[in-house]
Amino acid sequence: MKELVIISGKGGTGKTSVVAAFASLAEKKVLCDADVDAADLHLITDPEIKQHHDFEAGHTAVINKEKCTECGLCRDLCRWNAISSDFVVDSIECEGCGVCHYFCPEEAIAFPVNTCGEWFISETRFGPMAHARLGIAEENSGKLVTLIRQEGKKLAEERHLDLLLTDGPPGVGCPVIASLGGATAVLIVAEPTVSGKHDMERVVELADFFRIPAMLCVNKFDINPDKGRMIEAFAEDRKIFVAGRIPFDPAFTKSMVMGKNIIEFNSSSEGSKAVRIIWENAKQRLGI
Amino acid sequence: MIISVASGKGGTGKTTVATNLAVSLEFAVQLLDCDVEEPNAHLFIQPKIEDVEVVTTPVPEVDLKKCTLCGKCAEICQFNAIVVIGETVLPFHEMCHSCGGCTHVCPEKAITETTRELGIIERGRRNGLEFVHGLLRVGEAMSPPLIRKVREYTRSDALTIIDAPPGTSCPVIASMKDADFVLLVTEPTPFGLHDLKLAVGAVKVLGIPCGLVINRSDMGDDGVKIYAEEEEIPLLMEIPFDRLIAEAYSRGEMIVDVMPEWKERFKDLYRRIVEIAG
Repeated sequence: MKELVIISGKGGTGKTSVVAAFASLAEKKVLCDADVDAADLHLITDPEIKQHHDFEAGHTAVINKEKCTECGLCRDLCRWNAISSDFVVDSIECEGCGVCHYFCPEEAIAFPVNTCGEWFISETRFGPMAHARLGIAEENSGKLVTLIRQEGKKLAEERHLDLLLTDGPPGVGCPVIASLGGATAVLIVAEPTVSGKHDMERVVELADFFRIPAMLCVNKFDINPDKGRMIEAFAEDRKIFVAGRIPFDPAFTKSMVMGKNIIEFNSSSEGSKAVRIIWENAKQRLGI
Repeated sequence: MIISVASGKGGTGKTTVATNLAVSLEFAVQLLDCDVEEPNAHLFIQPKIEDVEVVTTPVPEVDLKKCTLCGKCAEICQFNAIVVIGETVLPFHEMCHSCGGCTHVCPEKAITETTRELGIIERGRRNGLEFVHGLLRVGEAMSPPLIRKVREYTRSDALTIIDAPPGTSCPVIASMKDADFVLLVTEPTPFGLHDLKLAVGAVKVLGIPCGLVINRSDMGDDGVKIYAEEEEIPLLMEIPFDRLIAEAYSRGEMIVDVMPEWKERFKDLYRRIVEIAG
């Protein structure tokens, strides 16, 4: 089985719009939304949820006031200043390291497991989909990304499907790192702006760091063709396959408003044509 | 006063709003770019960097001569960052959250702390504007400790504008916590609305007043406006889609560079924020 992860570094370059369009073009695949922090793919795929699971990960310290003698050891040991002077744990600041729980001489600190999100197995008009929602202000996004990709892979194996199409998170930190391990390849969706170029370079470096083969496409190419060509040149210089260019096409926004991908909305639009070329190129590279 | 500019969804225009606001105001302002995974504000502000510092976090180092392989360090570690394998103890520095638990628990005092690099902080100026940003080392997973370090440069005698990362999880919380106001920037699309709702949820958890800027306000639908009315989130500014703005942005230019009349609008935006935040 192959996995293509779509990432971008910078947010809002069009990752999800590209994945949603690929959903109409790829055949035997499972969709996976690994942008668990701000998942949007389901707004297009309209999943019918078949399985719903709580996501439990990490712990938070809770001080039992009746047992606490206010000795202050926990406050001395806590490196996050998460315990107030009146001995209440700030659950937002608590890192879940358990040091206070371990050392409390009165055993006054409980350390319950957090439920910090949900994950789903669904059916969509494009095929099965694994997706998730991290609770607001929660930690452990990387673990949820890893879990949802594993569930996506399981689903693909069960159904004898040969591709996992994963919508990745923005950035280069914990969730993105979790979305890369074991992937067949990444497709970087860049935009031809100074920010887009800066962020693309960092995400290329990240893919390099984890030795994941990368492909690249530039979205909204005509907004700044010079910058677009500079991004492509950078990619080629780094032996990254340039899979195509997508023009600025308002049909992307229009299709999103209607809950459709661009292929469904207008399969002969310039954006659709461009995405089709990129998909054919990616398919060839993936060997499917 | 601290204003944190956040969005939920990426690419809605946080940096555009934060940078234009920062250069439009004519008093002491500092801009802290806390999107340390992908900081962009410097590309527009182009500050003269005056200081660079490497930020590190403590991680354990084991003296195997003293270690008795008792395994207490592995037992206390919640992050699987130190394990006993056969006749040795292996710390995994990249997984370590720097809680100090293993160092503290070791009965033989065989564990001391060395450091792992999180990234760098660069500080500089553009005219009167003070600029600070963090740049997470590529390959480093944990951004919140670096964000907190950037925020240590907050000064009480200036207006602090924070450019936050996208999303709603720990890095965003680290960038919004203790702010006096959160300025949410969104686009009027289903994706923008969905992620705006998440961001509003995060702001509510923290109990901070907020207001809304709608970017590319004429591309999409009415969903965001209807939601803002229902939730009584004040709409403070609308920026229509303008190819001139998009092209200027692509070159690293700010709105107020190409359309100086927008300076007054950003000043107004600030006035309205002050009215709400008090």
